[in-house]
Amino acid sequence: MHIFEGFLPSPWWQAWFVFSIPVILYGMYKMNKLVSERREVVPLLAVAGAFIFVLSSLKLPSVTGSSSHPTGTGMAAILFGPAITAVLGVIVLLYQAIFLAHGGITTLGANSASMAIIGPFVAYVFYKAASKAGMNFYLNVFLATAIADWVTYVVTSLQLALAFQSGGNFLTLFAGFAGIFAATQVPLAILEGALTALIMKYVVQIKSDVLVDLNVLTTATVAKLKEAMQ
Amino acid sequence: MKLEYIVAIVVLLFAAQFFYGAMANPDSEFGGADGAAGDYISEEVSPGYEPTVPWFQKYLFEPPGGETESLLFALQAAFGAIIIGYTIGYYKGKNEAK
Repeated sequence: MHIFEGFLPSPWWQAWFVFSIPVILYGMYKMNKLVSERREVVPLLAVAGAFIFVLSSLKLPSVTGSSSHPTGTGMAAILFGPAITAVLGVIVLLYQAIFLAHGGITTLGANSASMAIIGPFVAYVFYKAASKAGMNFYLNVFLATAIADWVTYVVTSLQLALAFQSGGNFLTLFAGFAGIFAATQVPLAILEGALTALIMKYVVQIKSDVLVDLNVLTTATVAKLKEAMQ
Repeated sequence: MKLEYIVAIVVLLFAAQFFYGAMANPDSEFGGADGAAGDYISEEVSPGYEPTVPWFQKYLFEPPGGETESLLFALQAAFGAIIIGYTIGYYKGKNEAK
């Protein structure tokens, strides 16, 4: 769930635009470059974007008694890196802000920062580090995407705690917002991680050459994963 | 096949946590966490806080009610699912034709 329209007072909503816009512009440049150099990745890019569309439309109930939605951004981050994911995430956020009045226009910068930039960035760093350490591919995808989902809402809680510092002690506020957002998100993050791992299995099955091309997997790992599927 | 089983178990566990949550919070309507955060702000953090309405808000489209909103959310999911299914199916068929 994103920050509602009007719930970030000045100068915070402007500050988050200043943070997000350069990343999104850089992501557009990277995406342009990728698409013009490698036409064969376009369908996979569409799948990654579509995955964000589907997952962020699912408002799922959580054990805390409120609902939230997964982000779906972890898969795009693993495949294409955080900059390109930022562009895909912003498209979804814009759709929801314009047609659904969900999230908001002034809060778009802050919501982009949490869902489209920082969450995916954490997923990307985690994935790269864990795959260097030799972690099982599916476990790695599961953890990276679940963490990205959860971090998104930790950032949302931070953003609100920062903006409402006048309302009390910063840590108390952060704990209060995290109790609402991050706690609700735990079961959803686990579900998202599992779904992403499954989709990635199918991507390995049908389009492993592109994964090697994008530096997501090495040829040796692909061979091992495919062998395990037999 | 193994990963499919694990995912099925995770989905079942997810359903279980929902039923547990529904029992633990009998009065809850499972509203959005963003709404809960809004209430937290206007009731505890900054009592009486009113969200600032930007000047262009009145020109923006807003779903007239819950029904239209759920339609748009369903469309969002449907478009995404079509693209995923089409692409994966396309490559699967292509691989098999080889």
